[in-house]
This record gives sequence, structure tokens and C-alpha cells, in this order.
Amino acid sequence: MPKDVLTFKRGGVHPEDRKFLSNKKAIEFLPVPKEVVVSLSQHLGAPAKALKAKGDSVVRGEKIGTASSFISAEVHSPVTGTIKAIQKVTLANSVKCDAYVIETDPTAEEVKWDDIDWRTKSKEELLNTIKDLGIVGMGGATFPAHVKFSITKGKVAEYLVINGVECEPYLTSDHRTMLERAEGAIEGVMIIAKVIEAKKIIVGIEKNKMDAVKHLRDVIKAKGYPITVQPLKMKYPQGDEKQLLKATTGREIPSGKLPLDIGAVVSNIGTCFAVYEACTKNKPLMERVVCVTGECIKEPKNIVAPIGTKIGELIDFCGGFKEEPDKIVSGGPMMGFAFYDLDTPIQKGTSGVISIKVENEAPQTSCISCGKCVSACPIGLMPTMMYKNISNGRYDVALNKYSLMDCKECGSCAFVCPAHIPLVHTFKYGKKMARRKK
Amino acid sequence: MRLKISSSPHFHSKNSTSSIMWNVSLALAPAAIWGVYVFGLRALLILVVSIAASVVTEYLLGLIDGERGLKQSTLSDGSAFLTGLLVGMNMSPLVPVLIPIIASAFAIGIVKWIFGGLGQNWMNPALGGRVFVFFSFTSLMSNYQMPKTLPALTGASVDAIGSATPLSYVKTSITNGLLNQSPSAIMTNGGYPTTDFAQNLAQTLHISPYAVDAFFGNIGGCIGEVSAFLLLVGGIYLCVKKIISWHIPVTFIGFFALLTWMFSGYRSGFGFASGEVLGQVFSGGLFLGAIFMATDMVTSPITKKGQVIFGLGCGFWTFLFRYFGSLPEAVSLAIILMNILTPTIDRYVVPKKFGYIKPVKEAN
Ligand code: SF4
Ligand code: SF4
Repeated sequence: MPKDVLTFKRGGVHPEDRKFLSNKKAIEFLPVPKEVVVSLSQHLGAPAKALKAKGDSVVRGEKIGTASSFISAEVHSPVTGTIKAIQKVTLANSVKCDAYVIETDPTAEEVKWDDIDWRTKSKEELLNTIKDLGIVGMGGATFPAHVKFSITKGKVAEYLVINGVECEPYLTSDHRTMLERAEGAIEGVMIIAKVIEAKKIIVGIEKNKMDAVKHLRDVIKAKGYPITVQPLKMKYPQGDEKQLLKATTGREIPSGKLPLDIGAVVSNIGTCFAVYEACTKNKPLMERVVCVTGECIKEPKNIVAPIGTKIGELIDFCGGFKEEPDKIVSGGPMMGFAFYDLDTPIQKGTSGVISIKVENEAPQTSCISCGKCVSACPIGLMPTMMYKNISNGRYDVALNKYSLMDCKECGSCAFVCPAHIPLVHTFKYGKKMARRKK
Repeated sequence: MRLKISSSPHFHSKNSTSSIMWNVSLALAPAAIWGVYVFGLRALLILVVSIAASVVTEYLLGLIDGERGLKQSTLSDGSAFLTGLLVGMNMSPLVPVLIPIIASAFAIGIVKWIFGGLGQNWMNPALGGRVFVFFSFTSLMSNYQMPKTLPALTGASVDAIGSATPLSYVKTSITNGLLNQSPSAIMTNGGYPTTDFAQNLAQTLHISPYAVDAFFGNIGGCIGEVSAFLLLVGGIYLCVKKIISWHIPVTFIGFFALLTWMFSGYRSGFGFASGEVLGQVFSGGLFLGAIFMATDMVTSPITKKGQVIFGLGCGFWTFLFRYFGSLPEAVSLAIILMNILTPTIDRYVVPKKFGYIKPVKEAN
């Protein structure tokens, strides 16, 4: 008999979850914006190759960018309209890339989607659809889904683990998806299971979403699918593949390896819904649920918005600011990126737009060797040692003795550090320097 | 609107260096107040002078740092206040006022500042200050006072006991050849007073009344070390607030108690496992050292495993120093010795990394 509630063992922290701001808000649809800015770099890997030029007209769902290498993804237009320009934009993660500025045609007819029974399709056909319709991981990492779901020769995907953890504070887009789009998402899970030939399917959900656990169990029971819904104790960063797999399967991904190396594939619940829409309606990934929240937002909401919507427009849709925020974060506050301005567009991986005040500020002091970072690190690293070595320019020591490259920048160490040392910032810098030296 | 741009995380816990330092000072407060209560206003004067000297030294050295364009004033982080408080609590209420001033200045200036300031020192500053003045002014430092909660001494015992701590009294007696008597018997025969409360409680519990008095703080000693009970209360507060963890205090006190029980009987001519534990554990600054000075984050190991080794080491050295040395500084010296070993412990005792279960086979 498996335990009722599981979690991973080493490290982890307990930030306040702040989900009450938006977890009762039903998903709403954003009215089609006048203009969207769709970048060609929506995913991890090489940017897509542009298929359209300035002045071309596009139809909602039409492909406008195509994968330029093995790890890359297709891009589709979320609106019907005209391409006004192709220009450089700076995304929240400081990546500069080309983007289409598309002016929408307010008179355009609504596009009709197909009605397909995915069961009649072979797994190769399904995988092709997933690739062709630009599905990427929607939890934030935006790894191209078709690459993840292509099981390399000699490997077996024993487990399909669906990530409904949403351990980042504030975010509720996956929570609402599980409550309101469960039927589709569960079909999506079965599609992925077919593609990768998974033997066991587990959905991991943290305990602050027991309503979602119950609802998914009901849906699964009604459909008679072999899926286990596993409640997990609340602990950050459980939504990370490594911690999620440890918690749900007990297996540990070796350093530098992938989930598939221990016979598992992990997929975010939002991605499952996108897979479902792709494989049953032929609808590409070009809109998503974004959680627009934070203390500074007048009326936090979960919004389905076209990819390329400027965050300012989302915030206006929520009634604007209650008070001026210090920061607007793309994704969750633990690992997300700070937006530069309100004109930055959302991407396929933007799960949240969070407007917050900076809290618990304190002056930075020297490291007092309290060891809190060491206890917090889910990877078992020694952040204080990495920090001291990087600050003194000893990148090789940080790298070789303290395994800097194993750091996944989850932010647990910096979250607890009483000295308020920008640890993650230092590690990002250290990695860059170490790579340069090689 | 100006948006702040900085690296993740954009969320921080309530932890801060200054909240740690002020909370430790707060946790020390009950024991310090008790010290002032039983030893009188002179004890208060010593505490105030120690803190002032420490804070002023930190401030002056901060000015030098400021001149050289180094960091801003570090007074607000509370570490200088804490060091001063600890120095004061480690003083006998009878020391001349100049001694805590020297000790505080040494702690902040030599032990901490010379090595680069907060976080860089390898020895606990307060301990460094105390040990420095102890070796410089040993006799002045070894003059103690009876707490006012104990019945007044009469007759001959005034000279013999009045200015000694129970530990040093027992120690001297044994060294002078008083064998076949347990430490509490030595104290009773010597006329060391106890409170009525302690006698009653001791009878019900079948323990020595001196252990009861030592636990609650009716005993001679340094201002801050006498009430093991209130120090324990402070320690529990710090554990609950997750500022310190139990690893160092419990292993330190536990291992010392174990060794004392097993071997200390030999000194008085008794056999194995006959040592008197409680009186030893509750006196001589063991609780102050184990809960508040051995746990100094800067100078103790980072990992929990390392902290257990550190605690065991402290317990071991304290036992050795108390039984084979003649220094009342056993606890301080034991901690300093382990401070020296801390960087080595941190080098070798590292956490188990995620994803290194079996040697990773390279894909061939
Ligand atoms: S950011 Fe890196 S070092 Fe810090 S806790 Fe996360 S994995 Fe560990
Ligand atoms: S949490 Fe911060 S102060 Fe504590 S050891 Fe780590 S880096 Fe140093």
C-alpha cells in the first residue's frame, strides 16, 4: 500500500504560497488584442526560422515559424491579421530575438477546428502532430515536447509522471486547468502515454490543491483510465523533475542525466491540455492560461490569452494596479524572470505575470556560515562554498569540488540566506565564467 | 513606472543576519537578568560596560573601514551588541571594570576585525576576549561572589568558599587529597550552602541539592552562566525559531555528561560509571557555552553532520580539561579548540549530493 502523501527528502523550503489571491478565480478569455508580438524564440533551443515577411497576412493557427534544428519548435499565429513588422524584442529572460508584430483584423471570421478521434491515429502520427503544432513544455522550461516524447532506442518509458505540483508561490494556472479543463487534460495524458508507451501513469499534485486531486480522480474514474493521482506534501521545489520523480517513483536522476535515463517522462498538466487540443482539434499551441496575480493587482485572474499578448494588456484586463509594483515577474517568484517593461509579450512558457512589492528586504552582510543554504539545497550542494569560491575567482574549485553545474538555480538557498547574498545570481555568473574558461 | 530588475528568486524568507543576532541576544536576556538579580547592580554595570565597549570598538573600526571605502557601519546587524553581551555574561560580577572593556575590545578588534570582520573570524569573538583576559589577569578573573539567593555564609567557610565556584572548590579539595567523597559530599562537608527549595526538591528526586541550585541559578559563577534553566529556555526559543539547531548543544552536553558519568568517579577513588553528573553539567558555564557560544554560526561547521562531530569534540575536550587540567576555562578552551578544527570539518564532511547514488556509468 503506497503512502497517502509523498514528498522528496533532501532540502527544500516552504515559502508562503499566496495562491488564495487567484485560486478561486475561474478561467476567463481575454478579448482578442489589437496587436500581438510573437517571438521566434518561444522554446528552449534554437529560435524558429521565419516563414512570413512584413506585410503578409496570416490566419489564426497558421504556421509562421518553423523549427530550425533538432531542438527547436514551430510557431503559429494566434490571431488573424497582418504582419506589421519583424523586429527585435527583449524577452523577460533577457533573450533578444526576432518577433512578428501582428495587427489583428477585427472583422476576421472565427476559425473552426477539426474533430478527430486520437485513438484512430498511430503513435507516429500523434508525435508528428505534437511537433507540427508547436507543443512545448508549458511549466516554464519550454522544452520542445516532441523531442521529449521521442523515446531513444534502447530506452523504455516505464513511468509517465504528470506535473500538477505548481509549487511556485502565487501561480494557479495549472490548478485552474485541472479544475476546469480536466477532461481535456486527462485525454492529453492518455495521448502522451500512447506516444511514449508508458506502463504506469502518475499525476503528482501538492496538498494545497486537494480539490483538484478529487476532481481528477472523479474524471479518471468516469473514463476508466489507469491513472494514479498522487497527493504530495507541500515543499518547494517539488515541481522540478528531479524532486517530482523522487517523490512519486522513489528514483533519483543521476547527475547530468535525463528522466528517461531512469525510465520516466515528465510532462506538465498544461502541456497535456495543449497536446489534447492539438491531437483532437488540430489546434496549435498559440494561447495559454496565464495567472495574472500579485499583491499589486486589483483583481487577480486566470486568463486564456494569445501568445504574444503584452503583459500590460493582461494587467489592464485585471483592473490595473492597486499600488505600483516594485517588480513584475514572469513565471513564479522563485525561478521567474523580472520583466523590463509592460510591452513585453507573454510566451508559450509564461505561466504567470506577478506584480509584487519586494518584501523582507534587508542589507546584505557577509556570509555568516549559518548553513541554512546547505540544509535548503535539494541537490545537496554547499551554496556557501560555491559562493565563496566564485567570489574569489576560483571557478574551477566551485565547479569540480562543489559541483556548481548540478545547481539548477531553484533559489531555495537564496530564499533562506539571512545574509541576503544573491546566491543564484552568483551561480549564474560562475557558470558563465567557468564555461568561458574551458 | 520603474521596475526593479534582478536575478531570481524574487521572494525571500524573513531571515536576516540582524534578526538572528538580536534574537540570540533576546534569548540570552532571561539568564542575564537573573545574573543581575542574584549578583546585584554591579553585575549590571559589567554587562553595560562590556556591551558599550564592544559597540564602540565596532563603531570606531567601522570608521576606519569607511575611510578606506569598505563597507558601511555594521552596528545595525547586532553582532557587536551580542558579542559585548556574551563577554559581559562571561565575567564574574567582581572583576574590575577595565577587564570587560579590554575583553570586548580584544574580541571585536583582534578576534573579529583583523580577520576581516563579520563572518571571517575563525574563533568566537566573545570567547577569544574572555580567554585573553583570563590568561592576562587570572587572579582577578577567579574571584567570585555568592548569589544573594543563598543563605549567608558564616565563620570559616567565608574564606574557603566565598570567592570560589563550586567546581573550583571541589577541584581544589580533590587535588589536596580529599578522596572517597563525592563532589556533593565535599561541598556539604565544606559548608557550602543550599536553598531550602533545593533541599526539598532534591529529597523527592533523590539527587544532590547542589544540582538543583546549580540548575536554577543559586550558585556562584559568571554573571550569565549561573542559571542553566534560563539558558535552556533561551536555547529552546532559538531552536523553535530555527535559529540554531539542537545538534551542537545536545551532543556537546550529552557527550560530556556521558564521559563524566563513566570516568569522573576515578578522581575521588571510586570506580567506573560512578561520576556525579548533574552538578557538573549544570555548572561551570557549560550551558552558556554549549547553547550560545559553540553554536556561533561563523565558527561552527555548516552541515548538521559536521555539527555533531563538533559537539562531540567540545564535550570530549571539556571533560579532559576539567579533569586533567586545572583550568576553570575548560568549556571556553574546548570550544576554541573545535573552532580551529571547523574549517577542516567543513572540508571533509559534506552533504550527500543528489544524483550520485551509484557511480554514474558513462554511456558507451
Ligand atoms: S539554487 Fe542551486 S545551490 Fe541553491 S538551492 Fe537551488 S540547486 Fe541548490
Ligand atoms: S545561508 Fe547565506 S549566510 Fe548562511 S551559510 Fe549560506 S550563504 Fe552563508
